[in-house]
This record gives sequence, C-alpha cells and structure tokens, in this order.
Amino acid sequence: MARRAIAPLEYTRRLWMRLWVAAVLAFLYIPLIALIIFSFNDSKRNIEWKGFTLKYYEKAFENSSLMEALFNSLTIAFFATVLSVILGALTAILLWRFRFTGKAGLEGTMTMPIVVPEICMGVAMLIFFNGIGWPQNLPWPFSLSQIIIAHSTFCFPFVAMVVRARLASFNRQQEEAAKDLGATEIQAFRDVLLPHIKPGLIAGALLAFTLSLDDFVITFFTSGPETVTFPIKVYAMVRFSVTPEVNAVSTLLIILTIILTAIAMKLQNAAALGASPK
Amino acid sequence: MESWRLNKKLFASVAALPISWLLFFFIVPLGIVWLYSFGRNAGLTEVEFSGTFANYLRAVEPLYLEIFGKSVVVAALTTVLCLVIGFPVALAIVFAPEKWRPYLLLLVMLPFWTNLLIRTYALIAVLRTEGYANTVMSWGWAGASGLKTLVGLEPLPAWEPLELLYNNFAVVVGLVYVHLPFMVLPLYAALDKMDKSLIEASLDLGASHWRTINRVVVPLASAGIWSGIVITFIPALGAYLTPDLLGGTDSQMIANVIERQFKRANDWPFGAALSFILMYATFILVAIQSMRSKEGSAR
Repeated sequence: MARRAIAPLEYTRRLWMRLWVAAVLAFLYIPLIALIIFSFNDSKRNIEWKGFTLKYYEKAFENSSLMEALFNSLTIAFFATVLSVILGALTAILLWRFRFTGKAGLEGTMTMPIVVPEICMGVAMLIFFNGIGWPQNLPWPFSLSQIIIAHSTFCFPFVAMVVRARLASFNRQQEEAAKDLGATEIQAFRDVLLPHIKPGLIAGALLAFTLSLDDFVITFFTSGPETVTFPIKVYAMVRFSVTPEVNAVSTLLIILTIILTAIAMKLQNAAALGASPK
Repeated sequence: MESWRLNKKLFASVAALPISWLLFFFIVPLGIVWLYSFGRNAGLTEVEFSGTFANYLRAVEPLYLEIFGKSVVVAALTTVLCLVIGFPVALAIVFAPEKWRPYLLLLVMLPFWTNLLIRTYALIAVLRTEGYANTVMSWGWAGASGLKTLVGLEPLPAWEPLELLYNNFAVVVGLVYVHLPFMVLPLYAALDKMDKSLIEASLDLGASHWRTINRVVVPLASAGIWSGIVITFIPALGAYLTPDLLGGTDSQMIANVIERQFKRANDWPFGAALSFILMYATFILVAIQSMRSKEGSAR
C-alpha cells in the first residue's frame, strides 16, 4: 500500500503527535480500565490477577445499604431531571421570546449556578435549609426533597443552555402560521414549538441526569444523616479501603454513563443535522 | 423577540416559575451565607448577625492566607499542566481526518461524564503504595537489576515503593486527571474555528512548525486558551474531593477548610466568610474573562 507523504497540516499523522495523544488517552483510561478489570478479579487484593469471578457483583447486589444508596441516587436524579427540564425549557423560552427589563441580569444570574464553586453552593444549601427549618424525617421520597431542590438548581441552567441553542434554529413563522390557522397559544406551543425543541429537551435531560448522579459535594452538605446517596456511600467505602465490591458498583455506573452519553451524542448529532439549512 | 407588554399573561406564566426558583433556591441561600459571614457564633446553634468583619479578618491570618496561597498555586499548576498536555491533543483532534474527529472528542469527553468519585477512586488504586504504578515500576526496576547482573555488575538494591498517594503530588495528578477535558474542549472549539490557510501561509513563507504555532496558532486561539484557563482554574481552586481523598495532612485546600468549619469545627460564620472569599475570586475571574471575550468580539 503506497502511503502519501505527510502534508504540512496533517499534524495528526506525525508520530510525536500520535504518541502524545496515545499517552494522554492512556493516562485518562488506564485507571478506569484497571478498575473495571479488577472488578472481575477473584482476589480481595486489587493488584494480582487470580482468575475471573462475578462474586463481587453478587456481593454488591446483596449489600442492601449500597443498593438503597443507588436507588436513592437514581430517584433524586429522576426528579431533579424532570424539574430541571421544566425550569430550563421555561428559562430558554423566556430569554428567547421576550424583551424585558432586567433580562441581562437574569441571564447573568442564570449562569451563576454553573460557575459558583460546588462547595459554596453546598454551604448555601446547608445554611438555607437549616435556616428556614425545612422539615426533617419526612417519609421516603420527600426525605430526598432538599437534595432534589439543590440538584435542580445547578442542573437547570445547563438544560436552559442546550434548549436555547436549539431554539436559535426555530423558524418563528411556523408558530405564526399555526396561530393564523387558528391554533391557540397552547396548541401552537404543543404542536409546533415543542416538537422542534424536543431533541434539546432530551439532550438536556440526559445532561441533568448525569450531573445529578455525579454530584458529591452539594449532596454531602444537603443530605441529612439518614439519606445516603450513591456517591456518599462510595465515599464512605473508599475512605475505609479499596475493595473489589466498590470496583463492581463503579463498573455498573460507568456502563450506565456510557449508555447515557451515547444516547445524548446521537440525539445531539440528530439535532445538529436538523438545525443545518439543508 | 417581542416586548413582554404585548402578552403579559403569557410572559408571567413563562417567567414565574424559573424566576421564583432562582430567587428562592439560589439567590436567597447565597444571601443568607453572605449575612452569616458577618455574624458571630452565639451558643451552639445560634448565630448572631452583628455586622462584624471579624470573620474576614480571621481569614487573612497567616494560617489561612497560606492555605489560600497554596490553593491558588495548586490550581495554577493544574491549569498550566492541563494546557501543556491538552493543547497538542486539541490540535491533533482539529487536524484529524473528519471521520475520526467525533470519536476522538468522545474519547476525551467520556471520562468527564464518569462519576468524579469513581475517577478519584480509580486513581487511588493506581497511585497507592501497592498500586499499579508502583508495581509497573518495580518490574522495570527488577528488569534493570537483572540486566546489570547479566553484564556482571552488582544488582540494584531492593525496590523501595514510592509514596505516590496522600501528598501534594497526588493532588496535582488528580486535579489534572479530572480537569483535562475542561481544557481540551474550549481549545478544540477555538482551534477548529481558526482559518487553516493562515497556518499554511506561515509554513509556506518559511516559518518552522514551532514558530508557526507560537506566532500564528496561539495568538489566533487566545480566546479559547483563556476560556480554557478560566474553566479549568475555577473548579480546581474550589476542589474538595481530590485534596480530601488523594492529599495528605498538608494538602488541604480552601474547600477542605470550608468543609471543616461546617462539619467538625462548627463555626458557620467563619465558613461562610471563607466561601464568600472563594466566590468573590470566582466572580472576578469570570468578569475578567467575559470582558476579555467581549473585547475580542468587538475587535
């Protein structure tokens, strides 16, 4: 096979560049791949390969407090996602459709939850819920309400950004045509605008779900002593020791993340294609 | 875009929920922290709002100044390392064949989507004394020792595992590991927008690759480089988990000190003051960055 000479701009074909990229990817992935491999290792120690086993997965599934934490995390992520999508979509539509005084201020405030350091956000939520005397010891799904509120607050600006990007490609005349043909404001929203922003809503929802599932610091401050989420449980386990059981649960969560990211990427590509003037 | 006056009812129904949410669950909590930072502990759970600056004065005591300084140095070092490591990666992705590009981007992005705690945990397994890094190095050591005996020299002394975990080195490695995607993405976005014919022109006119990158690529991508620096520096400065899990007793950063005021030391007003100092630092950086990008787009 004849190889073309390397053109000046084909940096990616240069050896040193390839080695650099390979080294960086190795740095990013070797720890994660090692973590996954050793979740199948038949040894309590994480370093020598002693043969394939699934027993740590069984153990993880039998660990009821770990499963409860995982279930809590998924529940929180679900409700935080629903709230974030509603709030984010409304914010995006508000900023896209209306001219009003204080708009620049709202835009600035809306991006604040994204840039404010997590620790400050956590502290604020802790003091706030303590200060207003948010009821403690509520029955199960409501006992997660503080964490759900805190997560929604930092997730919805991300959803708003994604939906706003999607709205930029919306042709207002479509909505006007619908209204000329007798659609009410709500019908025009439901049948014209909503289908257009749907990929943005789904991509935003996946983003919010991952962000919520990932959060440790803010949850660490907002959760009461009784509510344990997955990252908090793993944090407690990691502080004690490095065990294959943690590897097994981590592997499951990594797989879940990969699936969610793949769906999000697919949708975003579809959205980008739909937005291009073809 | 229409004026809100044209359809006040609709405007109100769209605006009410997000604005009141932001107000109640973001502005008010931050406002309360701000008030606390001027308060004083009176009793175990009571805080008296006396309008005192004592908490801020305490924050500039040498002990805390040192921690602030250290956090800034660690975050800056992390940012520089991310830039140096990430820039060639961004460049490689930009000039990669079209069909590779989304996959390379995805490869950089994927760890970013993985749970922070899991990534930190994975790093612990690599760095600890009986971890993978030390194991690989001990194999290399044994190999070198074997080679020396083969050629008739004294074998090397027994391998002493390096202490890679629970120190500042581990904190910086961990922060770079976690924040590298933050740097690569804005760099990629800036480099991708650049007019590639300018690079060709520079090369055609006889400049070396190094000179072209220094004098053409870097200035053109400066907006992306600055936003990458800010996006990396801010979360690195406020990092809690990485210094907590990977650092030693002397690796405390601001966030760890703040956490201690709320959990163990139970000095909420002081913790509030510290977190507001961190927040002011963040706002100043964001303001500088947005002024920069406005200037850039005005030019």
